[in-house]
Amino acid sequence: MNILEFEKLVAELDDTIAKARQAAARESRDALADFTELEAERDQLLREFFEGLTPWDEVLLARHASRPYTLDYVPLITEDFLELHGDRLFGDDGAMVGGFAQMGGQSVLLVGQQKGRDLKERQKRNFGYVRPEGYRKALRLMQTAAKFRRPIVTFVDTPGADPNVSSEERGISESIARNLREMSLLASPIVSVIIGEGGSGGALGIAVADRVIMLEHSIYSVIAPEGCASIIWRDPTRGADAARAMRVTAKDALALGLIDEVIPEPLGGAHRDPEATAAAIKEAVIRSIRDLSRLTVSRLRAQRYQKLRALGRFAEEGLPDNAPPAAAAVPASV
Amino acid sequence: MPDWFRRRSTHTDNGTSTSGAAAAAPDATPVALLDAASAVPEGAFTKCQKCSAILYTKDFERDLKVCAKCGHHHRLSAGERVEYTVDEGSFAETNADLIAVDPLAFPDYAEKLAKGRRSSGHLDSLLTGTAAVGGQPCVLAVADFAFMGGSMGSVFGEKFARATDLAIEEKLPLVVFCASGGARMQEGLFSLMQMAKTSAAVAQLAEEKIPYVVVLTDPTTGGALASFASLGDVILSEPGAYVAFAGTRVAQQAAQNQKLPPNYQLAEFQEEHGMIDRIIPRRELPVTLARTLAFFGVGTVTTAEGSDRTLPQTPGEIVSSNRNGSQ
Ligand SMILES: [Zn+2]
Repeated sequence: MNILEFEKLVAELDDTIAKARQAAARESRDALADFTELEAERDQLLREFFEGLTPWDEVLLARHASRPYTLDYVPLITEDFLELHGDRLFGDDGAMVGGFAQMGGQSVLLVGQQKGRDLKERQKRNFGYVRPEGYRKALRLMQTAAKFRRPIVTFVDTPGADPNVSSEERGISESIARNLREMSLLASPIVSVIIGEGGSGGALGIAVADRVIMLEHSIYSVIAPEGCASIIWRDPTRGADAARAMRVTAKDALALGLIDEVIPEPLGGAHRDPEATAAAIKEAVIRSIRDLSRLTVSRLRAQRYQKLRALGRFAEEGLPDNAPPAAAAVPASV
Repeated sequence: MPDWFRRRSTHTDNGTSTSGAAAAAPDATPVALLDAASAVPEGAFTKCQKCSAILYTKDFERDLKVCAKCGHHHRLSAGERVEYTVDEGSFAETNADLIAVDPLAFPDYAEKLAKGRRSSGHLDSLLTGTAAVGGQPCVLAVADFAFMGGSMGSVFGEKFARATDLAIEEKLPLVVFCASGGARMQEGLFSLMQMAKTSAAVAQLAEEKIPYVVVLTDPTTGGALASFASLGDVILSEPGAYVAFAGTRVAQQAAQNQKLPPNYQLAEFQEEHGMIDRIIPRRELPVTLARTLAFFGVGTVTTAEGSDRTLPQTPGEIVSSNRNGSQ
């Protein structure tokens, strides 16, 4: 049973609890006892299932149809958000949003990848596949923020960059590459939060940061597990095996030393309690910005480059592996 | 070096995250292998991979593995690329002993690495060193498609970054030949991060005002094109090279019923859309590189047409008998 099948059982329990709650509101104390007991039972089921989540479950959760998207979090974590549009070159990409935000009493630039909830919005957001205009808009806004030393917060949630003809024509590769280069030099603190799908270069295009944080049930991957499976095993249905082999979960990324922090999600995942998830994100982001703001610009940039340079595991004749000692404790398979 | 050819496998392991027909296509095949019963000595003839013309291997190699009939530029190993590009004897390899460690214990990765080492003669997919091209000294990095599709793992990223360090230290321009299917899946997120690492290293070059020249060769796709390969101060490409973000399979799926342009995802398409500076035939690459490097530094460009391009100072001299180096 995967997480989505399990959730059907939970939905039935939720339904029963809701009915019991209504009954309790109407009348007796017995009904009250009824639904608290049911709730405890449901939570116990959730806890047990979530302890045994497979990497594939994590993939399904990261892509969950009810999972909060960037614009769901924005009103929950900011006091004000002024969305700004366009790359000043060609157009405006609905799969990337950005603007000026007030968060915890300070000005920050917020950019994020955006998926759609219903068909109409999905089309508007290009199903979360970011086009060159999206990366260029994000960079334009980030450079504006850096010019005035405003911290930058990015929310990552994309299956990948858009592979269509029009994106090739307008230089999708160049737009990502430029972001990678320029983000490494920006004079503001950058905090990136992977909130759902961290899909390959399309995700990295806004995730070169001083602090990279993942939500507990988000994923971060060099290629979609299905794509990996179809290349390696010529079988796209083996996504679950590929997800395991590539170690796409937040826990894996942290253990491998590739990200800085994992934000725990409410029981059952972010979609069961977006407010609590948002509060946890807000706390982590504000804390990270506060830490980074203590650094001078030159120190900040030097530290960011050192961090990027340290990414990778290799060996060199006559020298031990470059793996940090903490990472040696990671079990061979998770 | 006729051995280069026979040693090469006809199929290349593609460890990269963007697969496509172009990336999986076999290289030029020695005819003798196809027709073992014939009396032709092994490797004496070569069949063009594109037009199927039968060419004398000797001529084919003299032509730098460009088909004399159709002009198709066949893929080169990193060693051949160095041989065809730099001034004779000028290449000195650096960081040859960096080696991959299989950080995820990924299925079959160890075997793929072993195979890549056998077929390429190198420990990983990027060869780096110092060299001179047409008398212009530079730091050179060459990706080898024969090693797991030129894929970018931790060793690739580290060698690339060390090449930028060396370029900054020695105040030499960096020249990169790319032939890569992108990030190496078998190292998972480590590989993805090499896109950020190499691009950040390029940013350091820019900060130090060190010239960075990229030559795109067949194929350059995915994470390679979406990072260091798109960031050159100058971006050149060989004709007909497959240069694209998405692999052909992904691109075709994405296009669905849309009719694709005939040169879609080739260097010519990218040039048409302003993504690369110039397409340069293989034989003209050394002199074009020398002329490019001369712009950034100081040097003399001597072509067969005369000395009209001679620059005032001469620490390095560019000599070429090529008449088509300028247009
Ligand atoms: Zn031909």
